[in-house]
Amino acid sequence: MKIIIMGCGRVGAQLASLLDADGHKITVLDVDAHSFRRLPPSFGGTALVGDGTDEEMLRKAGIGEADAFVAVTQGDNRNVMAAQIAKNIFNVPKVICRIYDPLRKDVYEALGLEAVSPTTVFAQLLRDKLLAT
Amino acid sequence: MYIIIIGGGSVGYHLCKALLKEKHEVLVLDRDATKCENFEDELGSVCVRGDGCEVTTLAEAGVSRAEVFIAATDEDEDNLVACQVAKHKFGVPRTIARVNDPKNEEIFRKLGVDCPISVTNLILEHIEEKIPTHPLIHLLTMGEEKMEIVEVKILEGSKSAGKSVKELSLPSDSILALLIRNGQKPQVPTADTILEVNDRIIALTTTDSEQTLQEKLASD
Repeated sequence: MKIIIMGCGRVGAQLASLLDADGHKITVLDVDAHSFRRLPPSFGGTALVGDGTDEEMLRKAGIGEADAFVAVTQGDNRNVMAAQIAKNIFNVPKVICRIYDPLRKDVYEALGLEAVSPTTVFAQLLRDKLLAT
Repeated sequence: MYIIIIGGGSVGYHLCKALLKEKHEVLVLDRDATKCENFEDELGSVCVRGDGCEVTTLAEAGVSRAEVFIAATDEDEDNLVACQVAKHKFGVPRTIARVNDPKNEEIFRKLGVDCPISVTNLILEHIEEKIPTHPLIHLLTMGEEKMEIVEVKILEGSKSAGKSVKELSLPSDSILALLIRNGQKPQVPTADTILEVNDRIIALTTTDSEQTLQEKLASD
């Protein structure tokens, strides 16, 4: 699969290296070239400096042929905007975005966006760990 | 009318001031405490500190009874999300967003913002108007219909000068609405009206045909 990952933070870089190791064609986008230090030396995909909410930049990253798009920058709103551009303007078949704010996540899920809230997921995980005997 | 403005920068501030003067009920939301204090000092209690993209903040601000929601921060993604949350979660009938990057104007429209306003495009239009040799001036853009009202000046040497309107074979989706000729009352041009140098024409056209219209009327 051709997958575009927006945001090369800890999660973005980890995801990129996992998928790259599985043999997928990965393009990572980040506004800061310094973020690419997180990618492992073995990473065989493409790393591009640019803003994923910019249509032109997404075209350059090859969004026209992408099978999936993942938005995992620090900014909820940036993720939401980029994911909607990928889904509604470029018709990427699979789009996932991270939204820290659980309430905002609910709004966008109701609008048909596939979103994950690490806040909810992690809180539940901690609760389960605390209560496990 | 209850109007909510997100972003207490200079746009938000002056907008708030103008709307208060027109006796509207206005509430400004800004994340910055200092900005909120400034509002408090200058305009009274019209500003609440908070993130205008957050559902809880918007619920407390009573967004569900707002008739107009304006997102005027200098971050496009925040303006988009604030408008979408206001519209889809709280059912605000009219959402207006300031668009900082002109490329996003079309994207905002496609993603459901009722009225995206590109600041850069507005400035460009105004500058264009001030350049005297430019034959076509945008007067008004009606984004939703993709129509615009333009003014075209027949310059010295334009090949349309001395021709009648019907001879010009104008694009079918462009209408010449008004002809302004020096020293005369404005008139509605007909197919037989002969155009003259220095005539100013107010026309309604689609965005797609604008270029053709300009060529037919103003090129030499």
